[in-house]
Amino acid sequence: MCDQTFLAITFGPCDNCSQNKPLMNIYLKNEPINYCSLCVELMACQGLAKGETTNTLKAESESLKAKLEEERAKLHDVELHQVAEKIEALGQFVMKTRRTLKGHGNKVLCMDWCRDKRRIVSSSQDGKVIVWDAYTTNKEHAVTMPCTWVMACAYAPSGCAVACGGLDNKCSVYPLSLDKNENLAAKKKSVAMHTNYLSSCSFTNSDMQILTSSGDGTCALWDVESGQLLQSFHGHSADVLSLHLAPSETGNTFVSGGCDKKANVWDMRSGQNVQSFETHESDINSVKYYPSGDAFATGSDDATCRLYDLRADREVAIYSRDSIIFGASSVDFSLSGRLLFAGYNDYSINVWDVLKGTRVAILFGHENRVSTVRVSPDGTAFCSGSWDNTLRIWA
Amino acid sequence: MARDMSDKEILKMELDQLKVEVNTPRIAVSTTAPEIIAFVEGLSAEDPLVKGVPEDKNPFKEKGGCIIT
Repeated sequence: MCDQTFLAITFGPCDNCSQNKPLMNIYLKNEPINYCSLCVELMACQGLAKGETTNTLKAESESLKAKLEEERAKLHDVELHQVAEKIEALGQFVMKTRRTLKGHGNKVLCMDWCRDKRRIVSSSQDGKVIVWDAYTTNKEHAVTMPCTWVMACAYAPSGCAVACGGLDNKCSVYPLSLDKNENLAAKKKSVAMHTNYLSSCSFTNSDMQILTSSGDGTCALWDVESGQLLQSFHGHSADVLSLHLAPSETGNTFVSGGCDKKANVWDMRSGQNVQSFETHESDINSVKYYPSGDAFATGSDDATCRLYDLRADREVAIYSRDSIIFGASSVDFSLSGRLLFAGYNDYSINVWDVLKGTRVAILFGHENRVSTVRVSPDGTAFCSGSWDNTLRIWA
Repeated sequence: MARDMSDKEILKMELDQLKVEVNTPRIAVSTTAPEIIAFVEGLSAEDPLVKGVPEDKNPFKEKGGCIIT
């Protein structure tokens, strides 16, 4: 209440009923209105249908949720890992750190692979965005952003630009030039504008559009050239922390996860929220589509990762152990979808067998939280970024 | 956006969403699970992280020591 309205008393004609009365100067959505106290009362009841109050809305919401669960449970006739019992178990895993990329002065928050399977862009808390060659560990480009906590970075499909953003509430695109001496910051283009921090960004199939998610609870689709907002997606009731686009063959949808414990699937063209899943017990830090596009995985602060099937409209697997008590900050699938790599806040990376639900390996090496995990486009390796200022390539 | 909306508005938004969702078409897990498994089995033969990659083909594995000619 306090941050939305404040009152001062004047006397004059009311804007609503035109009677001369003591007026209350109220600001509604940033516009000053002068209503007499009677009209203020009447207005406070607007927006509520007959008999509707917050409580009745809540009660209706609860009963609909129960009904939804019932509908979903009817189709839950078998568990994924039961059907997967007849598959061969995976052999022993030998995965080691093959490259360590050092150069960031502070926590690495996000990274992305280029489609050429060799270049990586990473961003960190100190505002630096670096483009590396993963084979040789050389740094190819470095940009200093005007803000700290660059939480999102993405490589353009063509490999000619990178997008990044964070506490500046914007997403900026930097075209990469071959000329090493050129000042990249001069060519910067600000594309997205949110009212809170940028948590994640991704190019769509072309360099021309970017999808962003923000701490203000919305996701948005932007045109890079003009900076125009093409579509916005409302539906989360708290910060949106992560998003992922569906693999191109399956159409124009994307999934987002946020601090309201919900994972939502959206249609990019209409802006509609198509499906919603709320089974996690805490913030969802990361969402990733399954390679087939029919399912997605989430990693959350409740120390579990879960797999949701879109066609069955329910959660079909939970990846957790009693010994894991720290949140999962980032998840990604291997090329075939058989393995799920998850980075945790206890400095380790767990590798899960997606179908059987068992843990296949734990990878140690980082000296602080793992903030981001991504498999390379051809599936030969995966890269992890951590709060210990380094990135590691595992194969 | 979500932070600027009152509790009532957020609840209304959630309610409308739930009404839409109760009516979405769904398929049984017993159908979709085998399909997911078939998809994975089909691809996992080619998955480098599952089956491993021979040392000389993998660009990330360390090459041998220096060769002086």
